[in-house]
Amino acid sequence: MKVPQISNRTEAELIAAILGGEIQLYHELIRPYERSVYVMALSYMKNEADAEDVAQEAFVKAFRKLESFRAESKFSTWLISIAINETRTRLRRKALVRMESLDQPPDEDKSISPALLRDWREIPSEAVEREEVRNLIHLAVEQLPEIYREVFLLRDVEELTINETAEALKITIPSVKVRLHRARMRLQKQLAPQLRTVNRASKRGWLAWS
Amino acid sequence: MVIDCKHVWNYISEYMDGTLSDETRDTVQKHLDHCEICSAILDSTRSVIILVADDRVFELPVGFSERLHARIDLEFMAP
Repeated sequence: MKVPQISNRTEAELIAAILGGEIQLYHELIRPYERSVYVMALSYMKNEADAEDVAQEAFVKAFRKLESFRAESKFSTWLISIAINETRTRLRRKALVRMESLDQPPDEDKSISPALLRDWREIPSEAVEREEVRNLIHLAVEQLPEIYREVFLLRDVEELTINETAEALKITIPSVKVRLHRARMRLQKQLAPQLRTVNRASKRGWLAWS
Repeated sequence: MVIDCKHVWNYISEYMDGTLSDETRDTVQKHLDHCEICSAILDSTRSVIILVADDRVFELPVGFSERLHARIDLEFMAP
């Protein structure tokens, strides 16, 4: 497996050096993962200030626990599971745990019918520069049941493998696959028609943005 | 083996990830080759995922990094 190279030291070397006393290297170690940890925190906390707070806390905890990190996991996966634990603790403390996570997981919707679209055309990536499009996407992701959302974010946004996603969330590989499928289908169902409409309505606008 | 559209939908995600068995993948592939509806579902699902995963969709708040590293300095690196 490829280990990310940071200023010529591998992650493993950085971690060893930090544990050996060069603690200022911790800044360097975490820099590549700031966004991943923040995005995961945001998906649970739902507002930027709380998400930032939780992300900071997760990085602080990870430093304190660094000695317990074992090289069989990837540092990123380990870090993200600390962040997820931190968000869950925080939500419980605030008694903000949503009912859906207490109830049976919504595993009943065996087959989600996708949106049927004729003449689908790829939406250009510049679309996301528009606030309207970002808002549609944020809303759709936010509306996913939590168990689907966390799998989707880790796998498709943070690009963890299926195995790493299972490890970070402490669930089985078949569960990851099923939840990922449902998350993707729900997003297709909601976003594909919306994005296509927005795209069509503003065809003339594209040039200005590209 | 020939399968109908609804069955194909159940395989879309695993088809994208390349985790289907060879036999199932071939069956799905054959269906996709002649079914415009299912091809559009596959393409639109891919496209939606690419857009959601774009770095510009979920951005770090301004100053996030500076505040994070200042906090770490304060907690652990203070003399």
